[in-house]
This record gives sequence, structure tokens and C-alpha cells, in this order.
Amino acid sequence: MELTGADIFVRCLKDEGVEYIFGYPGGAALHIYDALYRQEDVKHILVRHEQGAAHAADGYARSTGKPGVVLVTSGPGITNAVTGIATAYMDSIPMVIISGQVPTHLIGDDAFQEVDAVGITRPCVKHNFLVQDVADLAITIKKAFHIATTGRPGPVLVDLPKDVTAQKTEYAYPKTVSMRSYHPTAKGHPGQIKKAVDLMLAAKRPMFYTGGGIIIDNASQPLTELVRLLGYPCTNTLMGLGAFPANDPLFVGMLGMHGTYEANMAMHDSDVLVAIGARFDDRVTGDVSKFCPHAQIIHVDIDPAQIAKNVPVDVPIVGSAKAVMEEMLKLIRAAKQKPDPAALDAWWKQINTWRGQNCLEYDRDAKLIKPQYVIETLHRLTNGDAYVTSDVGQHQMWAAQYYPFNEPRRWINSGGLGTMGFGLPAAMGVKLAHPDATVCCVTGEASIQMCIQELSTCKQYNLPIKIVNLNNRYMGMVRQWQEFFYESRYSHSYMDALPDFVKLAEAYGHVGMKIEKPGDVEGALKEALQMKDRLVFMDFITDQTENVYPMIAAGKAHNEMHLKPCKAVVPTDRELA
Amino acid sequence: MLLENESGALSRVAGLFSARGYNIESLTVAPTEDETLSRLTLVTSGSEDVIEQITKQLNKLVDVYKLTDLTGGPYIEREMLLIKVNAGGTMRDEVKRLVDIFRGRIIDVTDKTYVIELTGTGSKLEAFIDAVRGAGIIEVVRSGVSGIARGDKGMQI
Ligand SMILES: Cc1ncc(C[n+]2csc(CCOP(=O)(O)OP(=O)(O)O)c2C)c(N)n1
Repeated sequence: MELTGADIFVRCLKDEGVEYIFGYPGGAALHIYDALYRQEDVKHILVRHEQGAAHAADGYARSTGKPGVVLVTSGPGITNAVTGIATAYMDSIPMVIISGQVPTHLIGDDAFQEVDAVGITRPCVKHNFLVQDVADLAITIKKAFHIATTGRPGPVLVDLPKDVTAQKTEYAYPKTVSMRSYHPTAKGHPGQIKKAVDLMLAAKRPMFYTGGGIIIDNASQPLTELVRLLGYPCTNTLMGLGAFPANDPLFVGMLGMHGTYEANMAMHDSDVLVAIGARFDDRVTGDVSKFCPHAQIIHVDIDPAQIAKNVPVDVPIVGSAKAVMEEMLKLIRAAKQKPDPAALDAWWKQINTWRGQNCLEYDRDAKLIKPQYVIETLHRLTNGDAYVTSDVGQHQMWAAQYYPFNEPRRWINSGGLGTMGFGLPAAMGVKLAHPDATVCCVTGEASIQMCIQELSTCKQYNLPIKIVNLNNRYMGMVRQWQEFFYESRYSHSYMDALPDFVKLAEAYGHVGMKIEKPGDVEGALKEALQMKDRLVFMDFITDQTENVYPMIAAGKAHNEMHLKPCKAVVPTDRELA
Repeated sequence: MLLENESGALSRVAGLFSARGYNIESLTVAPTEDETLSRLTLVTSGSEDVIEQITKQLNKLVDVYKLTDLTGGPYIEREMLLIKVNAGGTMRDEVKRLVDIFRGRIIDVTDKTYVIELTGTGSKLEAFIDAVRGAGIIEVVRSGVSGIARGDKGMQI
């Protein structure tokens, strides 16, 4: 039987096993919306802004490993989604975006709601397509999912003109797809792996440095085995948190700009650095000329272009993290050489001295609510087992520092693009994928306002997310940089004219709470977590002078950290009123 | 580079250069004997690290089938020049002599001008342009460099 392009598209989604799509209708997508109306297999979640659709699909993808699917209309529909697409691109998240387009005969005419979607998204997608003939539709959708989910994953856009969704053809979904110009490598080079293992076993001050690649590749288990087998210290990037269990004594915390003292010092002094699924981002390396000056570096990554991009590497290995680590485990188990116990002992003594600095200490007797205390309490009350999404700013760093994750895919944040507005919609995607889990969104009063309209989506689909708003009345991270690097000239970083978040939450049909005293923090969190079927917006009025520590200023080396929480001098609300 | 002959493939290559701040000195592209593939020769410059990054980033493009750095071995490069110069009065014979020396061809003639065709390496074309500058150049059209490796091996499917 012949089907229309719109019906074919929906059938493709079903045959691809797609459970949810996140979208927003409009003229160019109306045939597709009609096809969605006439079926029940694929559930459509109607967001309130297309950016929210992309972030929700992204949260779904990050928490499940399955591709997120987005459907938007042409013109403003796709331009609104671009921030969410770029966010997914920077963090290598599998996503397929379908944008409606004006009919093929109008393309290029500046038609109503026409934009060059393929052109606009080109720099922030792994690949994109314009479908010009319904005969190409099913194979293009198949290719889109294939490209999005294999190799180094990423978003793929399919631009679908309205007339193509009305044309008819015979439907058959291809079982497999082969593309002569696209073959990602998975297996690492055996000779290189052997070389890496020899180097690892001979190390005196070894260090594992792993990133989001471990999570994307579902490689936590071989990583944990490998690190434990060797007894070496392990640090994770912001994107890699949860890949190695944070409660394991071999874990030395996050590294980088706001990483722990012990992680950064150990990086600096290491003699063999094993980097897996991490990309030596500038927020991690600091000054590259002073990066790991004593170390021989092994770098495993599925993307050859990541290797030796920022930092020279001694043993490059192109391959999937999982496949390469499994090979490493075999070789290490069979090897006669064992790690040098005396050297390792001395190394751990040194690391434990650094640990003794207690770099994450903060004032627990303060009169004002300390943001760190809120996160610590959240961690305790959720047994460290919640899914935590975040926005961007100080609260994001505090969540990363004070909510240790023992499992992958629990920590959902925009590390690469740093997109404010990500947290709430991402939490919707997570909650849909894990309806029985506790899902918290740690945010700030500036970030939450960037996608706050999604509170309405949460009401419609009954998504009882717990929003932890660390409200310091400042764009805290901006204010912190202004304090340090602009002689405390707080230019446009004070969040004036804030809404009453309690009333706002209530207006959307949710529960709102305002918490102003440290003594009320635990009770409020408990109460909110007990309300299993309600979205609760907790507005914590926090100490606005708090800064994120430790800190390596941009362009400094790992052993040049600021440790002491020197108090910020900022005009308080009262002085500004 | 062998590139899928798909719409948008060329803009992906060009876009990558501008997005990452690499420069394109010249670029030529046309279909091959297999019409689903285009052959593209791109000239760029940079340190070894930069060239390595460019190569890796290009290889990542889904439309790039195969890529080689021709400067890694012996290779031949050719570029074609079409140039219109003043050829009136005393310059007429002088320009003709230069064309012969450079083994070019005069392919269009008016009372006052010649159109000359010349093929060779970029530096040969530049030398010729310098040589005829005195006569007065009206228009210069260069094709950009095409390249191929020497020896038996070919870049094929
Ligand atoms: C969309 C977007 N715009 C601007 C920025 C720059 N930026 C980074 S952090 C930040 C302040 C965030 O403030 P808030 O959400 O209140 O969090 P806090 O730092 O106070 O915890 C800003 C403006 C960004 N990351 N994303």
C-alpha cells in the first residue's frame, strides 16, 4: 500500500523504536501532525518553546543512551531549536531533529516561514539532510538514526518540505544501512594498546582522567574494573561524573577549573596519564603549556580529531572506550609485570596529603543558607541516587562538587556549550524516561527563567520534577568573575525584579516553597521529596556572597589553584534596594 | 579529496574551514568518471599540527569518501590561467614572444587585445603574469590548482 510522506515518517519512528518525540506544530509540519494524530505508537510531548523540545529530547538521550527525537516546524520553529541542537552537538548527544520546510517549489523564494535550516544548523550538527523526494524519505530517516547513534554520536537534522510529506510511495523501512563514506572505527590498534598497557604498568605516579566518552559508550564497568585492578587514582571531567563511582576511595573528584585540589595536583605531578573519552577542554587543562609537565600521555578516543588536538600525546589510540579498555584488561591480567607497590604507596601518601586540605570545606555554622549545604542535604536525602539536571553557573559547579554520583547517566548538564535554560526541559526528558526515579533540577534564579515556560508542559504531562533553585539574586558565576577579574564592577549581573517563584509555580499548577533559613532546608527538601506526584519548586534564598572554590583562573596551571574561600564583597539586596 | 556528489557537500567543506579559522588558498571541484563522486583539490597552509587537524576534521565529514595530503609524496599540480592583456602597437609582438617562451596559446585576438591560455604550476602562472604586466592586464582568470599523485597508485573507490 502507498503511504504519504507524513505517514511514512511516523512509521519510520515506530520501526526505529522511538517512544517519545518532543515537538511543536506549525504550518510546514501539519501533515506530520495529522499523521501523529492518527496513531498511538509514538507519543508526542508538546513543549512550550522549541528550545525546550531539543533539551527535553537531549535529557531523554543522556539518561537512556537512546537517541532523542525532536519535531519542529520551519522558520522560527527550527531557529528556536538551534540552541538545543548546538547543546547536544557540543556534548556528543545522539539526537534526530525533523524540521518542517516550505514546499520544494517555494524553497529559495523567501517564502512565509522559510529559513535555510540545513545551512543554519550545518556547524552544529553531525550531519544534515534535505529530503526532496518521498522515495528518499525512509532511507534518509534510517541514515539519520544511524549517523546520530554511531561513532562519536551527535545531532542529525532532516529537513522535510511540506509537499514531500503529502507525496505517496510504497513504504519499507530498511533494516540496515551502509554508507561508503561513513565508517566509524571502534576497535583500537592492538600494537598501540600493548604500548599503552606497558606504559601504565611501569608508571610510578599514574592517573586516570576520563570524560563523557565513557558514559556515551556505556563503558563505566570496564573503567571501574580497570581502575580497581590497577589501584590507580581516577578523576572525572564535569561530563564524566558518575562514570567511575564517586564513593570509591580511588576516586579523587572532578578536575579542572573548579575541580578538587587533589585531582588537579595529581594531574600536575603524574608521570603517566591515561585519558579516555575526554577531550582536554580548556576548562580542564588550564594553561596547556604547563599541563601535566611530567607525564607521558595515553589518549583513547573514538574521534581521531580529538587526539592531540590541544595537547601532544605519546600513545594515541583511536577506538571505542569500551572496546579498548576490554583489551587493556585482558593484557593487564595476562601480564607478568605488576604495578610497583612501593611507588604506588608513595603516590597515594602524597595524594592523601592533598586530600587532607579538604578543599570542599565551607562554613557550616553560617546564618544564611549555604548553597553547598542545600546540595549536600539533597544528596543525603536522595541517597545519592537521584537524576540531577542542572543549568549553568555557580549552582552547576556546586551540584557537581557536592552531589557525588556513583552511577553513569545520573548527572545531566550542558558541559560543552554551557546553556542556561537546559535544566528544566532536560529534566522533563529524564522524568519521562524514568517515571519512578527522583529527578531534580538544580538551577539558579537567572537560568530557570530562560525556559520557565516548560512548567506548563510539566503540568500537562504530570512530570513531578523537584526544582532546587539556588537563589542568590545574582548571575552568580558572572558576579564571581567580575569580582575576581574586573575589580568588583558588577555590571548587569544583579537579578533585579525577580518574580515571586512560589506564586509563579502555583500559577502553573505546581507546589511552590520559599526557604530562607538554614534550619528549614532539610525539612523542606524532605517534604518536597515526599510529594511523589507533584512538581515542587523550592526557592532557596542563599548567601549571595558565596563563591565557587577551589578555582584555577583561566589560563593558569593545575598547581596554581585558589583554595581559601576568601569572602566576596558584594552589595547585598538591602543595599541595592 | 573524493567527495560524495551531494547537494551541500561542498559547503560542508568550505564551512569547516571558515568555522575553524583555516584558510583556503584555492579550491577546485568537478565530478569524476563516476558521477556520484566529485574530485576536489584544496590548497591550504599551516603548521604540521594544523594540517593534521584539518585532515582529521575533513575526514570526519560524512560526505568525504577519501582524502590524501598530496604533499606527503611526489605529486603533480596544474593550474590553468586565462588572461586578457593589451596587445596593441609595439607590445603586440613582445606579448606573442612571451606566450611562446611560456608555451601558452593565444586563443582570442582583437586589434587591441589577446586572450591567452596557459597551464602549469601556480608559480609558472605567476611568473607569466609578472612578465606581461608591462603590457597592461585587463582580466585574469585562474582555475585554482588540481593535483594528482605520481606513480601507479590512484585515489579510487
Ligand atoms: C544562554 C546563556 N547566556 C549567558 C550565559 C553566561 N552565563 C554563564 S553563568 C551565568 C549566570 C547564571 O546565573 P544563575 O542561573 O542565577 O546561576 P548562579 O551562577 O547564580 O548559580 C551566565 C549569565 C550562559 N551560560 N548561557
